[in-house]
Amino acid sequence: MSGSEIPAAAIPAVEVLSAEKTYPGGTQALLPVDLRIEEGEFVTLLGPSGCGKSTLLKMVAGLLEPSDGRLLLWRKPVPQLQASGKKMAFVFQQPTLMPWSSVHTNVRLPLDLAGVPRAEADARVTEALQLVGLARFAKALPRELSGGMQMRVSIARGLVTEPDLLLMDEPFGALDEITRHKLDAELLELWSKKKLTVIFVTHSIHEAVFLSSRVVMMAARPGRVVEEFRIDAPYPRPADFMLGPEFARHAQQLQSSLLRASAIVEESLS
Amino acid sequence: MSALPASIPDDAARAADSRPAATGARAVAVVKSGKAATPWLLQPKVQRVLLPALVGLVLLLVWQALVTLLELPPYLVPSPLLMLQTLMTDWAALGLSLWVTVKITLLAFALATVAGVLISFVFVQSKLIETALFPYAVLLQVTPIVAVAPLIIIWVKDPVLSMVICAALVALFPIISNTTLGLRSVEPDLLAYFKLNRATRLQVLMRLRIPSALPYFFGGLRISSGLALIGAVVAEFVAGTGGQGAGLAYQILQAGFQLNIPRMFAALLLISLTGVALFVLMAWCTRRALGGWHASESGSD
Repeated sequence: MSGSEIPAAAIPAVEVLSAEKTYPGGTQALLPVDLRIEEGEFVTLLGPSGCGKSTLLKMVAGLLEPSDGRLLLWRKPVPQLQASGKKMAFVFQQPTLMPWSSVHTNVRLPLDLAGVPRAEADARVTEALQLVGLARFAKALPRELSGGMQMRVSIARGLVTEPDLLLMDEPFGALDEITRHKLDAELLELWSKKKLTVIFVTHSIHEAVFLSSRVVMMAARPGRVVEEFRIDAPYPRPADFMLGPEFARHAQQLQSSLLRASAIVEESLS
Repeated sequence: MSALPASIPDDAARAADSRPAATGARAVAVVKSGKAATPWLLQPKVQRVLLPALVGLVLLLVWQALVTLLELPPYLVPSPLLMLQTLMTDWAALGLSLWVTVKITLLAFALATVAGVLISFVFVQSKLIETALFPYAVLLQVTPIVAVAPLIIIWVKDPVLSMVICAALVALFPIISNTTLGLRSVEPDLLAYFKLNRATRLQVLMRLRIPSALPYFFGGLRISSGLALIGAVVAEFVAGTGGQGAGLAYQILQAGFQLNIPRMFAALLLISLTGVALFVLMAWCTRRALGGWHASESGSD
């Protein structure tokens, strides 16, 4: 299913080589997965809860070790990402901000931890906040912002390091639908502007179709990859893309795939 | 309280108000007094002081009335007026004792804070250390200080130092347990974020663990400040030192022997007022440190 239009010589951003996760208790969180993600792709991991999509994402981030198999980022093992001169950022399901620090200081955190000089860091923070439309709120504390705005701060913190790979773990799952659509659209704009590679975890079929160039469908018990779909609608995708027949066709396709995947589980259980 | 509008109606309003909402409650109060929309007496800030003061005044009046009407002798229950009079006339001795007790309390509180924080830092270094040592911290807490104080007073030559140690032992445990809990109560995702960005142990401690622990730490301080005073008074009772270094407890003991009950009440009053002052001071410190960001201090009541 990997794209034939990408020249074979290009170094893939992410390679998952039969990585799997089994917990010491014997629980299989994720059966072996093979996945290749090219630079500039927007890939969504879609599936019900318990399908291991977050586990897979955390293994790509290096937050979890695979119990077997390997993961490479730009042909380097995950912990040696820095050696390849590439950067990765992670956006959690919750905004995960420091409640005691202002928006500005929160966004500056990754730069501070990396030892970027204060003046340069401040300039980049201002830029990142402008990018997500929160320049006016630099001095505010996180609790003074709405959930959607907090999430945008979290995204600004992700972008401030100028990452090449952006990993997002159901970032808009806790938001209301209207805010989520808005942030989805903004994210797509950032993705094309910054030429990011994005892996996006979600359980929403609509979100997956709207955002992705490729959807990796996963199923639960045990967590595994079932199918992959290419969403070939051109970017930029306007808001009314969601109302068109093409969108409906893709959503339909994913929906029936999801049902098939669940049915297999039901059968094996009965 | 219902007179106040919900601090900020919704997210949109929050967004529109670019001023930090930490000052939200304050801002509302300012607006109110500016417009004079709410009578001065109905403001929650005024009420917080006024209502308890009124209750106190009523109680004092009832007390004074009962003593006068029932003609209670001053060696059983002195009237509040007599108590204040004694406080004034005996101020030379009582004031000196107050200073001694306050000094012991503050020294013990400082010692307990420093020791408690250091011990907490050791505890959070590894679960192994905590498991090994925590029972002894509990042991320290559950052993009655009255029973240990004589030993400490025998072992430590300097009377002030021995009393400071006793009081510090009483005040120590809440600081250890709260600060340890606080240093461990780091949001897991935030910790993961620090790890993703290759934060050093020191960076995690300074930028994440210590700020996360502050609300717990101050909660511990609030409890311990009162305990330090109790510990100081108990230690003075046990030590029973008179003369120059006599604290308020000694004044109470002596007044008891002499059946000088008004003086006993005056000394008691000073101890209570010291406790209240400590509590107010700690509440103020907490507000200064956590102002705005922590839920406990930013609620719009």
